[in-house]
Amino acid sequence: MEAPRYPGGQPKFETRGLKAGFGSTWVLKGIDLKIPPNKVTAVMGPSGCGKTTFVRCLNRLHELTPGAMVEGQALLDGEDIYDRNADPVAIRRRTGMVFQKPNPFPTMTIYQNVVAGLTLNGVRDRKVLDHAVEHSLRSAYLWDEVKDKLSDSGASLSGGQQQRLCIARAMAVEPEVLLMDEPCSALDPTATAKIEELVSELKKDYTIIIVTHNLQQASRVADYTAFFYLGKLVEFDETAPLFENPKEELTERYITGKFG
Amino acid sequence: MATSGLSGDRGRRRRAFNRLMNVLIYAALVAAIVPLVAIVGEVVVQGLPQINLGFLTGLPRPPTIPGGGIFNAIEGSAVMVGLAALIAVPLGVGAGIYFSEWPESRLSFISSFTNDVLAEFPTITLGIFVYLVVVLTTHTFSAIAGAIALSIVMIPIVARTTEESLKLVPHTLREASMALGVPRWKTVIRIVISTGKSGLATGILLSIARAAGETAPLVVTALWSVYPVTNLWGPAGSLPYLIFYYGLSPYQIWHGYAWGGAFLLVVFMLGLNLSVKLLIGRRFAGVRAET
Amino acid sequence: MRLSSSKRIRRRGIGGDQILKGLVATAAILIVVLLVALAVELISGASLSLTTFGLPFLYSTTWDPYHDVFGALPFIYGTLVTSALALLIGLPVSLGVAIFLSEKAKGYRLAGYVLGTLVELLAAVPSVIFGLWGLFVLSPNLRTYVEAPLHKYLGFLPIFSANPIGLDYFIAGIILAIMIIPTVSAVSRDVLNAVPNSQREAMYSLGATQWEVIRKSVLPYARSGIFGATILGLGRAVGETMAVTFVIGNSTAISSSLFAQGYTLSALIVNQVGESTSPLNASAIVEIALILFGLALVINIFARLFVVRLTRGARFRA
Repeated sequence: MEAPRYPGGQPKFETRGLKAGFGSTWVLKGIDLKIPPNKVTAVMGPSGCGKTTFVRCLNRLHELTPGAMVEGQALLDGEDIYDRNADPVAIRRRTGMVFQKPNPFPTMTIYQNVVAGLTLNGVRDRKVLDHAVEHSLRSAYLWDEVKDKLSDSGASLSGGQQQRLCIARAMAVEPEVLLMDEPCSALDPTATAKIEELVSELKKDYTIIIVTHNLQQASRVADYTAFFYLGKLVEFDETAPLFENPKEELTERYITGKFG
Repeated sequence: MATSGLSGDRGRRRRAFNRLMNVLIYAALVAAIVPLVAIVGEVVVQGLPQINLGFLTGLPRPPTIPGGGIFNAIEGSAVMVGLAALIAVPLGVGAGIYFSEWPESRLSFISSFTNDVLAEFPTITLGIFVYLVVVLTTHTFSAIAGAIALSIVMIPIVARTTEESLKLVPHTLREASMALGVPRWKTVIRIVISTGKSGLATGILLSIARAAGETAPLVVTALWSVYPVTNLWGPAGSLPYLIFYYGLSPYQIWHGYAWGGAFLLVVFMLGLNLSVKLLIGRRFAGVRAET
Repeated sequence: MRLSSSKRIRRRGIGGDQILKGLVATAAILIVVLLVALAVELISGASLSLTTFGLPFLYSTTWDPYHDVFGALPFIYGTLVTSALALLIGLPVSLGVAIFLSEKAKGYRLAGYVLGTLVELLAAVPSVIFGLWGLFVLSPNLRTYVEAPLHKYLGFLPIFSANPIGLDYFIAGIILAIMIIPTVSAVSRDVLNAVPNSQREAMYSLGATQWEVIRKSVLPYARSGIFGATILGLGRAVGETMAVTFVIGNSTAISSSLFAQGYTLSALIVNQVGESTSPLNASAIVEIALILFGLALVINIFARLFVVRLTRGARFRA
């Protein structure tokens, strides 16, 4: 694989020989990948290629599943998050995650949902919380729709709104990296479009890694794309060149729809 | 099987057989429901007339003297069940949390299995256990021994319902919380328990109902007292024991006490079970009464 | 405003995670300890009796506090007889209820719900109240309308031979039958509900009547689950204490007649604990409790192999 094209400097995330699996099976079989900062990187591939597992390794969520195994390194700003002394909780505060199906906390109001990451970690100052709520909801393009019903239950929103609520919730803790696992797969096209628009806006302040199986979505929002297949990184490049001129045959077959 | 249709001789026999079975099934239904109606009916008919303010606030009198009340039994039950809950709820909820959040550990499997076995145990054996461990060593029947025995009855119910309620909380909520950088213990306490809290409350209520109806353990631990509880280390009265002791006595007046006490107990237990069922639905209703 | 001003990712000592896990694991350990302690205490309390009488305790029929001679057979017998009777009568009724609620009530949801609730509520009635009702209502009525005629016309049969006074194995068995109905029917109903509809549909499409479908396709499929339900019912019957005490007559003699007074393991314990005349007496009573414990343990574990949970929404290994 050739060196990827991106402006020099330290990658936000760099994995070296990252392996991950369950029980006795490895799903990820050694990934060496550099994620550029303040860009949107799409992770793509057919079902079972390990893209979701990869992303869940970046915030150490993978290891929460009983029987999970991880090997190798993942460097966040040069520091290995899998170091023996590393604190998973601190790492997860620097990364935010948005899941496939929106998962607002059902016993909390919209307000409480947004600042959950703050209140659960001891922040009580009402002014700080109010500010965080408005700021995050605005950034998630949700403020105007919910500003008058902040004390409604989080579950009372539509699917697309719930997902934007989850994005706001993730952003309220001001992470540096946003991990998105197929965030639009449960949403209708209108809601999807809104979120894609949001993603393009957000990259100014965040490094975004988005798992997607939707080629068009990747070409719309991603600056860089990584193509995974059966647990290995097949190709990584700027999105446009990757799509127009894939260097690997596997990539080309995936893009032209020959499988997956 | 030959399916020559439902006409003709064979068909007539098959249809008749089908009708017969239908009759039997309805008969079974009647046989199951009549006792409930009969018991509740009898308790109401015999017990309700006993209820008046004096009955609820007074103390038992010798069988030759009319009047009197069962306040000692009501209060004793309340005290012991309350104490039992204080012991059983933390332990039961704690164990339930462990079963739900760390299900893969071997301790979880063993303890959960043990818990299920304990839940179905004859409560008289639990009572004997507390008798041997507490009553014999302290040389006295006591309300505390009674409470301990009741708590052993309650713990498995609380643990089981807690485990089931927490397991119903979708995994993705735990992940969302942890992805926000919330430590696991806070996730369990602030998110998981909060989401499952109605199930937890139900389990606790049902365990209280169950403990309130238990007699056998109390016979060998708290025994009986005609006075309200003043000393937790002394014997204490209880509604179930009242029904047992006074119901088996040869005195008509004391039978009245027993029916009155039975009325109160039935109202309490049916009321609790019914309201839980209405609030929560099929899942947890009908947790059975004592052994 | 950043939550943590530094980008440090180093760990910071013992976390709340360990504390929580430690606390709740302790609660779980306590449950296991409880069962073990229960067994240990019972064995220890019964040790005097165990060493004095040994194995013959299990088949000796003498229970004589005055001469300090004790044997458990009358009570084992009573427990088994009353439980068998309970199953004999309670199982068909429970099955009928379960079949109704699962197969027939599907069309009448409200009726099924109400009737199902009524059966469940039977489980909420405390045992001691069953006993009270049994003594004052069921016993006199059964004696007059069932036992007396049976004794009069069929008294030559050993099981009906004793003169009925309304306190005997028979009445106890009937009461137990009523008490196990909620348990057995609830579990059976869940088992029946778990039978896939495709089984029924296949039979119906062959032209079977409803009962034929039930008998030939649903019941066989649910066989092991129903067996498990029966075992659970047996467990309940064996452990029943208070209701039995009211109506069994409390006699330490064994009789082959259903209308004779008798005793069960649990009833004996409840009645005699406060009245032991010697350490050996007390130890013998504890040994009775130990036998009951063992019996209940075996039945319960056996039942677990067939039915995993009693609460609704159970997981089945049927």
